[in-house]
Amino acid sequence: MFGLSWASSYFGGAKLSKGIDAATGTVTLALADEPPQLDSSRSTDTISSMVLGHVTEGLIKNGEGGKLEPGVAERWEITDTGATFWLRPDARWSDGKPVTAHDFVFAWRKAVDPKTASEYATIFFAIKNAEAINQGKAPLSSLGVTAVNDLTLRVELVRPVPYFDKLMVFKSYNPIREDFFKATAGRYGADADKLLYNGPFMITRWVHGAQLRMEKNPHYWDKTRAKVNVLDFAYFTSDPNALINLYKDGKIAVAGLNQENLNEALVKRWPINRFQRGSVFYMEFNHRKDRPTTNLHLRRAIQLVIDPDEVVYRVIKLPGNLPGRSLFPVWLDGNQGKFREEYPATRILPDAVEARRQLALAKKELGLKTLPPLTLLSDDGALGDKMTEYFQETLRRELGLTIRIDKQIFKQRLAKMSAGDFDLVLGGWNPDYPDPLTFADLFASWNSNNRGRYNNPKLDQLVAVAQISTDVRTRMDTFGEIQRILIEDPPMVPIYEPGVVYVVDPRLKGVVRRVAGFDPDYTSVSILEK
Amino acid sequence: MWRYALNRLLQGIVTVWFIATATFLAMHAVPGDPMSSDRAVTPEIRKNLEAKYGLDKPLAEQYVIYLGNLARGDFGISFTQQNREVNDIIREHFPVSAILGILAIIFAALGGILWGALTALYRNKLPDIVIMFFVILGISVPSFVFAALGQLVLVKLNDLLGFSLLPVAGWGTVSHMLVPSLVLGLGTMAYLTRLMRSSMLEIINSDYLRTARAKGLPATRIFTHHQLRNAILPVVTVLGPSIAGITTGSFVVESVFAIPGLGRYFVQAVQQLDYTVIMGTTVFFGSFLVLMVIIVDLLYGFIDPRVRVS
Repeated sequence: MFGLSWASSYFGGAKLSKGIDAATGTVTLALADEPPQLDSSRSTDTISSMVLGHVTEGLIKNGEGGKLEPGVAERWEITDTGATFWLRPDARWSDGKPVTAHDFVFAWRKAVDPKTASEYATIFFAIKNAEAINQGKAPLSSLGVTAVNDLTLRVELVRPVPYFDKLMVFKSYNPIREDFFKATAGRYGADADKLLYNGPFMITRWVHGAQLRMEKNPHYWDKTRAKVNVLDFAYFTSDPNALINLYKDGKIAVAGLNQENLNEALVKRWPINRFQRGSVFYMEFNHRKDRPTTNLHLRRAIQLVIDPDEVVYRVIKLPGNLPGRSLFPVWLDGNQGKFREEYPATRILPDAVEARRQLALAKKELGLKTLPPLTLLSDDGALGDKMTEYFQETLRRELGLTIRIDKQIFKQRLAKMSAGDFDLVLGGWNPDYPDPLTFADLFASWNSNNRGRYNNPKLDQLVAVAQISTDVRTRMDTFGEIQRILIEDPPMVPIYEPGVVYVVDPRLKGVVRRVAGFDPDYTSVSILEK
Repeated sequence: MWRYALNRLLQGIVTVWFIATATFLAMHAVPGDPMSSDRAVTPEIRKNLEAKYGLDKPLAEQYVIYLGNLARGDFGISFTQQNREVNDIIREHFPVSAILGILAIIFAALGGILWGALTALYRNKLPDIVIMFFVILGISVPSFVFAALGQLVLVKLNDLLGFSLLPVAGWGTVSHMLVPSLVLGLGTMAYLTRLMRSSMLEIINSDYLRTARAKGLPATRIFTHHQLRNAILPVVTVLGPSIAGITTGSFVVESVFAIPGLGRYFVQAVQQLDYTVIMGTTVFFGSFLVLMVIIVDLLYGFIDPRVRVS
């Protein structure tokens, strides 16, 4: 029994707590998986983003209703050639020392340093010399960011970035303090005591694979932001049945639902929440020379028989998902209101007759009597077997096309996409920042995420306009035009905007879900006293 | 005896080297690119990444470096958990899998031997039929079904009682371990029951048992000293590999009960092509399996004096 008592002391026996404990102000939650690591300059995944969003803070932060709010920076000024941030004097690290402009300079240099090998280095490339440094062609100190004094940060830009304030929310731009980073000897962000916190919470306990406990950070400048004392992520599992069982047993306060659980939740009359994750899933075409999908008529024929409504309501059958109509999801802001309301996407209605006419044209242009079998590449992720089979059957029934399904693990799907080894592929995009450009440049010929090598000079031109224009109206008109091109000369067919369905303990208030930036946001949750 | 042990140990080292080499080659042959991610990276960033993990060197050189590190017990740094050493991952998570596995094996061994002996004693009578029914069930139903079922039963039980008798998931106290380890051990328990039953039946008509009965030994002594001890040998043989199998094969149970064991890393590493973690966990589990087999071989000598002679 020695082993057992040792284990229980090591892993903490206090896990029999309630999902919501009003007496101690503790909320217990589950995490889908362990955050791989919490070094903001290298982190790429959404779970790390969520954790970092609670325990660290950048210059600007996400506020109420998708608006931006001052974070470490009290105020800022952004021009076509640069930006200046004035930091609040009362911003503190969790060891009590002030957060200074130097911490940002260090973090940003580290992020573009080739030795760091950050996958998000490109998000800095609008800053002077960032790209050259990342390619090893310029010294680190030449990066266009300087600490004028402890509380003033100046940034030099190589081109106007109309969404630079929105970029500042992104975790890669968070501060890192040099002396602390060096003291961790290459293990920064690997453990609770190997990370410095400047957010409303701090991690007080991180048992890998088992528990991540956050407590209110006493040094955080906005004392009113955190309302509960402890956010205890005490279970790491993505198993939907385990989650719902934990919820039923009162062990966790929030649980996601899947198709089977949903019925039970409905029967029990639990309050069900739904949320659009902000991403878009689509079927992408390969535009490499030897592929039949280069033919516009073939792409249009496929576009005309795929019915996003049918996918969402008859294949996925979960509430929360929206049929795909455009590469630009519904939540994006336009001039005054929502982009998609101001620039509605042309609705493509299923039309088998027109589709077959387009297919005939395609065959004629390609000089083929029958089309060769097309390969539909997919992975074991969100777009499951049911969907690929639906596409296979629909394309066979309506157009007589033979579809070969090529199912791979995620990394191999990406490798095959990059190598161009597909005709059709199911992919998607999560936004990096809340601006239409995060979607609009996806199919620009220079974008390495454009793995189907779609090449449309008109689109490239429009993307270039949207990148540097600072006039809102011009930009939105440009995005509207890009949306039109993406439907008329489709590089992809939008399938759906994924949603999640989840239950929240009725005593827990203030869970914020958001599409760009970290999600879910528990920073300001409160417990309703009964 | 010592000579034999040393011999077995050397064989074991060669086996582990073989496992390491085969895994290395298989891993690099698996299609997919470990450095690819959702966001396409520029060629420069990619070069930076490859240099960081030593993937820019030729495969033969990577292999030599890798074997050198392996000899020093250094598995390197995880590709996905970029600031954690594979050694840390094993050190932190293997004890959890080990405790879960040992408990499961205790359940399985005790249950298997007990039920197996019972079915043999009551051959073709009601207890035999009832137990064998459950044994077939235990062998045919995969562990994820038992895991989900076990958890569901707990939820209903706690709901019925109005308080938490046993936690439905998580890890930390003995109460967290009971149901998962029972679930994990069920398949092995069923297998051991069958094995025990057939080996008991094999010796039930043997000459030495007839002699023992003839010279008037009490039935309990015959059972414990002659029947059980002779019948248990095949069970011990499979017990070693089962310990390794159970400790490494707990991925599903770990996932359902949110247990921070090594199984999760073992499986995820393959899906994510996390080379260093694949190598680390495979070589570690491989060595563990080899070690268990050696221990069982040595234990044999104690249980069965006949083995000691040869």
